[in-house]
Amino acid sequence: MGGLEPNARTRIGRRFEELRRSGDLGLVAYLTAGDPSLEATRQIVLAASEAGADVVELGVPFSDPLADGPVIQRASERALKGGTTLRGVLDLVRVIREQSNVPLVLFSYFNPVLQFGLETFAACAQSAGADGTLITDLPPEDSSDYRMALRSRGLDTIFLAAPTTGEVRMRQIASVSSGFLYVISRTGVTGERDSLSDDLPALLRRARSTTTLPLAVGFGVSLPGHVSILGGLADAAVVGSALVAEVERASSADEAASNVAARVRLLKQAGIHGMSRREAAAAERGSET
Amino acid sequence: MSGAPHSVPSTEWPDAQGRFGPYGGRYLPETLVEPIEELERAYTAVQSDNTFLSAFAHLLHTFAGRPTPLDFAARLTEHLGGPRIYLKREDLLHTGAHKINNCIGQGLLTLRMNKRRVIAETGAGQHGVATAAVCARLGLECCVYMGTEDMERQRLNVGRMRMLGATVTPVDSGSRTLKDAINEAMRDWVTNVRTSHYLLGSVLGAHPYPRMVRDFQSIIGCEARQQMLEAEGRLPNTLFACVGGGSNSIGLFHAFLSDSSVRMVGVEAGGRGTHLGEHAARLAAAAGYTGARPGVLQGTYTWVLQTDAGQIATTHSVSAGLDYPAVGPEHAWLADRGRAEYTAVSDEAAIDAARTLSRTEGILCALETAHAVAELIRRAPTLPRDSAVILNVSGRGDKDMETLARHL
Ligand SMILES: Cc1ncc(COP(=O)(O)O)c(C=O)c1O
Repeated sequence: MGGLEPNARTRIGRRFEELRRSGDLGLVAYLTAGDPSLEATRQIVLAASEAGADVVELGVPFSDPLADGPVIQRASERALKGGTTLRGVLDLVRVIREQSNVPLVLFSYFNPVLQFGLETFAACAQSAGADGTLITDLPPEDSSDYRMALRSRGLDTIFLAAPTTGEVRMRQIASVSSGFLYVISRTGVTGERDSLSDDLPALLRRARSTTTLPLAVGFGVSLPGHVSILGGLADAAVVGSALVAEVERASSADEAASNVAARVRLLKQAGIHGMSRREAAAAERGSET
Repeated sequence: MSGAPHSVPSTEWPDAQGRFGPYGGRYLPETLVEPIEELERAYTAVQSDNTFLSAFAHLLHTFAGRPTPLDFAARLTEHLGGPRIYLKREDLLHTGAHKINNCIGQGLLTLRMNKRRVIAETGAGQHGVATAAVCARLGLECCVYMGTEDMERQRLNVGRMRMLGATVTPVDSGSRTLKDAINEAMRDWVTNVRTSHYLLGSVLGAHPYPRMVRDFQSIIGCEARQQMLEAEGRLPNTLFACVGGGSNSIGLFHAFLSDSSVRMVGVEAGGRGTHLGEHAARLAAAAGYTGARPGVLQGTYTWVLQTDAGQIATTHSVSAGLDYPAVGPEHAWLADRGRAEYTAVSDEAAIDAARTLSRTEGILCALETAHAVAELIRRAPTLPRDSAVILNVSGRGDKDMETLARHL
């Protein structure tokens, strides 16, 4: 157990196994739950999954999203204004699970989970059909109660690694992570960017050399070009703000669902047709010899 | 006592993980974790570095104006019929509040870490002005975040910061006050962490901030304790200080923590009522204020005003510097152990108290300080007539004149 192999017992682990076999880059879609309503989110998640999203992260809205840029801040505000709570998001997971097998990750700040109660949260997340959880503001050091609660329910605990994370710490983070390792592409908050950071390949090599967990790269990934570059470097791309912005621009849940699906399809195609991991490995071997 | 390094009284808290009992810790996005470990190492190194400590003491003396007097308030004492009231005059410091003690310390530390850019949040504007002044003095770039509601009610300080060369960025999200300014400062920090130091203004945030800010502010109590012994030949009966994040209060309390006869009273903002949303009283549950529970906000585990679902509540206080939903983790721990007592007073009582202090002592204090004055006035009849008490005058009230003028 732990950070050595994708956890084959969860949908997340199985999905990354499939991706590894096919050589395709995975696509992780982030959506703020309850924006603009939980029913709309259900529709959008199902559409994203049908369009090719390999994993869906459901963002639990929080009043003080200090790691998020303006797009997800506004989405969180809309979701909270609509009365979204963690309990509501867990109900949404149950409803989605009745209709789809897409791997689901709950993505939250720590306080709502803490107030819900770690044990209760883990039990409810498991029974609703969630597969893993990720807490933005909970580094490994203060997370042992949380990990114990979640792991004992068979849920993956996904942690983040950042450009400022050195090798020793990277190893420590990987050792408490399961499912995948979320690699933050650049210092900063969530949000779309024109280009990926120049330091990203080095960061991914550092991560790759410390863990065999699948690597999912997020923060700033929004364009097909980003995704096709990642094809050679990572196992999945995480797309968040670009999808949330589609939801914001849409004038109905149907429109949001179809626009998000279109964007997911485009990005997923870029991942398939970009340089595959095998080709990248071959290219690297070639440059060494 | 001028210009010589003060030695910070030692305590067992926080522990190596930055915990005060169960409170404190480090709840941060991963991007900030290694940089804050570097800050902790830099801070640990300067604690025994005489060059640093002398530079700190020197600037506290020549730039900020330390030591501040312990001022016997004869007319207020007479007006209340005892106890003997002493005022620790942090309002006389350069820029007008205790905030500059911490800013000088962290400003020098910024230079040590070879960073050239400083980020700060501000509520009342006093921390922003002190940061701007220290940055100008040390040649650092200064970027201050301030909620738009606070910019409105503390307009004078916005002008002062800009005059001192700081960039003041308005924050229009959430409750448009201190909490939201901290969120925005943290977003800047997580983006520019390699080049910028976050100069947090109170004993809040992730480890080592609550400890470091306390240590830099502990000069207040170190001076006051000695001054009291010189003036009265004995220790005070009770200490009074207002509690926003908790830096001026812990600064006064710290040197007295092992003097078990000395009582400590922290005064929070009671606002306009006891229901969630009407006040900013996190530890004053005994006084009937509702809505606070332990939780995590902006890097630390402490008492937080929040909804049942764990969303952070909006707060209200006439005083921008106290208008914040969480309290420094060390205060939560002092409250749990009964070592300090926490209560709250209303907007109205604070304004009345500001008027009383002005007219009896000729001291126009900040609205934050006025909360502590109000509690002292309320308790005076219960305190032994001949005992001595210290009230921390954390800042001066010029910034609050627009608000106060409406109540003249
Ligand atoms: C004069 C004054 N007193 C008190 C405070 C409250 O902060 P703290 O509790 O950290 O001393 C402020 C904060 O802005 C202030 O300006």
